[in-house]
Amino acid sequence: MGPRSSHIALIPDVDQIRNETGFSEASLLRLYGRFQTLDRNKKGFLSRTDLQQIGALAVNPLGDRIIDSFFLDGSQQVDFAGFARVLAHFRPVDEEEAATRDPKDPEPLNSRMNKLRFAFQLYDLDRDGKISRNEMLQVLRLMVGVQVTDEQLESITDRTVQEADEDGDGAVSFLEFTKSLEKMNIEQKMSIRILK
Amino acid sequence: MPSRLFFDNLGAILTYAVVGTLWNAFTTGVALWGLQQAGLVASRVQAGLLDFLLFGSLISAVDPVAVLAVFEEVHVNETLFIIVFGESLLNDAVTVVLYKVCNSFVEMGSANVQATDYMKGVASLFVVSLGGAAVGLVFAFLLALTTRFTKRVRIIEPLLVFLLAYAAYLTAEMASLSAILAVTMCGLGCKKYVEANISHKSRTAVKYTMKTLASCAETVIFMLLGISAVDSSKWAWDSGLVLGTLFFILFFRALGVVLQTWVLNQFRLVPLDKIDQVVMSYGGLRGAVAFALVILLDRTKVPAKDYFVATTIVVVFFTVIVQGLTIKPLVKWLKVKRSEHHKPTLNQELHEHTFDHILAAVEDVVGHHGYHYWRDRWEQFDKKYLSQLLMRRSAYRIRDQIWDVYYRLNIRDAISFVDQGGHVLSSTGLTLPSMPSRNSMAETSVTNLLRESGSGACLDLQVIDTVRSGRDREDAVMHHLLCGGLYKPRRRYKASCGRHFISEDAQERQDKEVFQQNMKRRLESFKSTKHNICFTKNKPRTRKAGHKKKDGMANAEATLEKPRDLGFQDTAAVILTVESEEEEESDSSETEKEDDEGIIFVARATSEVLQEGKISGSFEVCPSPRIIPPSPTCAEKELPWKSGQGDLAVYVSSETTKIVPVDMQTGWNQSISSLESLASPPCTQAPTLTCLPPHPLGIEEPQVPLDLSADPRSSFAFPPSLAKAGRSRSESSADLPQQQELQPLMGHKDHTHLSPGTANSHWCIQFNRGGRL
Repeated sequence: MGPRSSHIALIPDVDQIRNETGFSEASLLRLYGRFQTLDRNKKGFLSRTDLQQIGALAVNPLGDRIIDSFFLDGSQQVDFAGFARVLAHFRPVDEEEAATRDPKDPEPLNSRMNKLRFAFQLYDLDRDGKISRNEMLQVLRLMVGVQVTDEQLESITDRTVQEADEDGDGAVSFLEFTKSLEKMNIEQKMSIRILK
Repeated sequence: MPSRLFFDNLGAILTYAVVGTLWNAFTTGVALWGLQQAGLVASRVQAGLLDFLLFGSLISAVDPVAVLAVFEEVHVNETLFIIVFGESLLNDAVTVVLYKVCNSFVEMGSANVQATDYMKGVASLFVVSLGGAAVGLVFAFLLALTTRFTKRVRIIEPLLVFLLAYAAYLTAEMASLSAILAVTMCGLGCKKYVEANISHKSRTAVKYTMKTLASCAETVIFMLLGISAVDSSKWAWDSGLVLGTLFFILFFRALGVVLQTWVLNQFRLVPLDKIDQVVMSYGGLRGAVAFALVILLDRTKVPAKDYFVATTIVVVFFTVIVQGLTIKPLVKWLKVKRSEHHKPTLNQELHEHTFDHILAAVEDVVGHHGYHYWRDRWEQFDKKYLSQLLMRRSAYRIRDQIWDVYYRLNIRDAISFVDQGGHVLSSTGLTLPSMPSRNSMAETSVTNLLRESGSGACLDLQVIDTVRSGRDREDAVMHHLLCGGLYKPRRRYKASCGRHFISEDAQERQDKEVFQQNMKRRLESFKSTKHNICFTKNKPRTRKAGHKKKDGMANAEATLEKPRDLGFQDTAAVILTVESEEEEESDSSETEKEDDEGIIFVARATSEVLQEGKISGSFEVCPSPRIIPPSPTCAEKELPWKSGQGDLAVYVSSETTKIVPVDMQTGWNQSISSLESLASPPCTQAPTLTCLPPHPLGIEEPQVPLDLSADPRSSFAFPPSLAKAGRSRSESSADLPQQQELQPLMGHKDHTHLSPGTANSHWCIQFNRGGRL
C-alpha cells in the first residue's frame, strides 16, 4: 500500500467494522487504502461519481447497479463502514469459522444466504422482496447484446420467470430464487480471494 | 506482451528468473555429479564437478519460445502466464553469465579457480544483465525519438522499428551482454511512444511481419534440433546421464518453484496457489537455447561434450513434446470441480453470468491490483518529460488517456454503427436509404436464423402450445439465444499473446456497447434528477472545458441547435460533453487526471430550452484506460480492464472520429490534425444524422403518444448531405482524418421515458461526416 494508510488505528470504528464484517487486519488496511484512493477529495466518504470513475465499471453491464448497491436507502454517500459492509459479502467462506459459529449469532455477512440476498437485491430494485417480470426483463436487457431483439428478450424473460416461479404469482421471491440456484456453488462464485 | 502485468509481477518474475535459475543450475549440476560419484553414470563420461555445473547451467534455462508456444494453447490465467513467460525472458542473462563463467572455469582448470574469480563471476552477472537492459533502453529511446519525426516519411517506419530493435540485439551481442534482455527492454521501453507516433498502417505492418518472422525462426530452430538428433556423429548416449538429467530437472524445478512461491506469497497481494505452482513447474520447458549452448562447448576442454549433447537433445524433446502436449490435459484435470449431468436451466445460466459480472465489478471496486506509489510517480515523470520529448506533438496532446478510450470507443461505435446500420435501426422500423447494408451478422447468426426462417421456432410465448416437443424446441432456442446474446464477463483466463493469429476483438465491441448503455443510463438518470434546474455554471464550465481540452482531456460539447444552424456546420461534428455536476465536488478537482482512472469522459448536454434558460446537465465519468484494446504491435490481446493496465495503444482500427466542439473548432482541428485515417468503404456513404431540437419535437409530441421507441426514431433525419459529404471528402487529403461522427447514445431503444418536461433538455447529436476545415 502507499504511504497513506499504514496503521489500523487510523481507520474510524475499526473494531466495530471488524466485528461486523469479519475481515482480517490486513484486508481492512488494504480496503481502507483503496477507499482513500477512490475518495478523491478526501471527503471521508464516497459519492457515486467516485465509484463511477472506476473505469472498468463503465463497461460492466451491471456496473451501475453495483454502484447503487453501495448506497443504501437513497443516500448519496457511503462511508468506510458501509463500503466494507458491502464488500464483506464477498469474503470467502471459511469453513471452520462456519462450523464453530454460535448459531445464536447473526449470520456473518459472507454466508451463502447473505450472498444470495445481495445478488437478489441487485435484481429487485424496488425492494418489494420479489423479482417481477419487469425487473427480470431489465436485468436481461442489461446483460444481453443489442442483437437480441425485444420480443426475443421478452420471451426469454417469461420463460425464466416461469421456471423459477413456483407459487404462480408471476414473480420470483427470494426463496424461489434461492431454490433455483441450489446447485450453484455460490460460495465460490461470489468470493474474492484477496478479501480473506 | 502486457507490460503493465509484467511490471506488476516483476518481483516474482525476477525471483524466479534469477534465484530459480541459479538454484536449478547448481542443484542439477551437483546432483549429476553425485550420480557420477555413485557410479550410475558410465565412466567414459569424463566430467568433473565443474563440467557438471556447466552442464547444469545450460540445461536449467527455461526457454521463452517453447513456453510461449505451449501456454498459448493452455489458457491459464494471465498472472501465471506472465510469470512463466517473464521468467523465461529474463533468465537469459543468468544463463549466459553462468555458462560463460563455468566455461571459463573449466578452461582454466578447476585447480586454478580462486575466490576472486567467483566474485568476478557474480559481478559479471550484474554487468551482463543490467548492461543488456541499458543497451535496450538506449535503443528504445532512439527509436521513440526518431519515430517522432517520421510524419512525412511514413514508409520507413516499420523499417526503423525492425532495424533499431535488431541493432539493439547486435550491439548487446557485440559487447557480450545479454541480447535477449536488450531486445526485451527495447520493446518494453519504446512501445508506448512508438505506437503513438507511427501510423496505423505501419503498426499493422510491423505486427504482421513480426509474427511471420517469429514463426519462421522458431520453425527453423526446431528443424535444426530435429536434424541434429538424427545425425548420430554428434552425440553419444549414456542412459544414466540422460535419465538422471530428466529426473533431476523435473524434480529440482518443482522443488525450487515450491520454495520460492512459499517465500513470495508472504509478499504478494494475490497468492499463487497450488495449481499455479504445478503449472509453473510443469511448464518449465527447455528449448533451443540449451541446445545452442551445448553445441558451442569445446570438445577439447569438455571431453564429455557428446554425452551432454545427447542428453540435451533428449531433454529438449521430452520437455517440449511430452510436457508440452500433456500440460493442457493436466490443467484441465486439475481444475475440474464439478461435472454437469444436467443441462443448466435458463435461470442458472443467467444467474451465473450475473454473478460473474458482479464479481468482476466488485473486484474492480476493491482494486485488485492495488495502489502503486512508484508506478504513479513513474507515470507522472513520464507525462511531464518523456512523453513530451518522445511523442509527436499532436499525438501527445491526444495521447491523454482520457481521450484515448473515448476516441477508440467512438471508432468502434462508428464502425459497428455502419456495420449494423441496417440492423440496429431496421429493428425499429426505420430504413436508411443511403446506408449500405454491410451487415456483419456473424455473431447474430442464431438470431438471424430464427428471425428469417419464417417457420422457425415460434418465440412468442403467448402462442405456445403445450406439446412437449414444442417446449423442448423452445428450450433449445432460448438457450441458444441467451448464450449467444449474453455479454461475457471480463475474461480472467486467457493467453495474452497470440502467436499465430491476430484475433478480432468481440470483447471490444461488447465493451463499447455496454459502455454506451451505461453512459446513456447515467445521463438519463442524471437528467431526470436535475430536470428543470437551471445551472448557472455554464460559462465557467465552458471555459474550463476549453482549458481542459488544451490539456488534452477529452472534451466535447453537444449543444442543442436549431436545424438551420446545423446546416452550416462545415466542421465536423459535435462531441458529446458531459461534465460532472456534483455539487459537492469542486470544479477543479474533476479535471485532474488520475492514474487509476485515466480518461475523463466529459460530455455535456446543454439544452436550449424554449422558456427556461440553458440547462446543462453533466456529470463526469472516467473510464479507465483498461478499456483500451491491446497493443497491435505486440499481439497482446490482453483485454485490459484491470486498473490502468495496458498501455493505451492508440489502436485505430479503421475510422477516426473527429469530434469537434462547436465553439472550439480551431483548437480541435489542430489537435486532431495528425490523426491517421483509414478510409474504408462504409464510411464513404455515411449519412448525416441530426437530432431535431426540442422545438419541432414539442410539436410532434401531442400527436405522437409518448412511445419509448418512437421518439428516438423520429428524431433521426437524413438531410441530403451526400453532396456536402462528397465535396468535403475531396477536400481532405489522404493524411487527414476522415471524420465520422457518431454517437448514437440515443440509438438504443430502451429509452427511459421522455416526458414532455424532459424533452426540453434534449440532446442534439449531430451525425456528420465532413472534411476538416
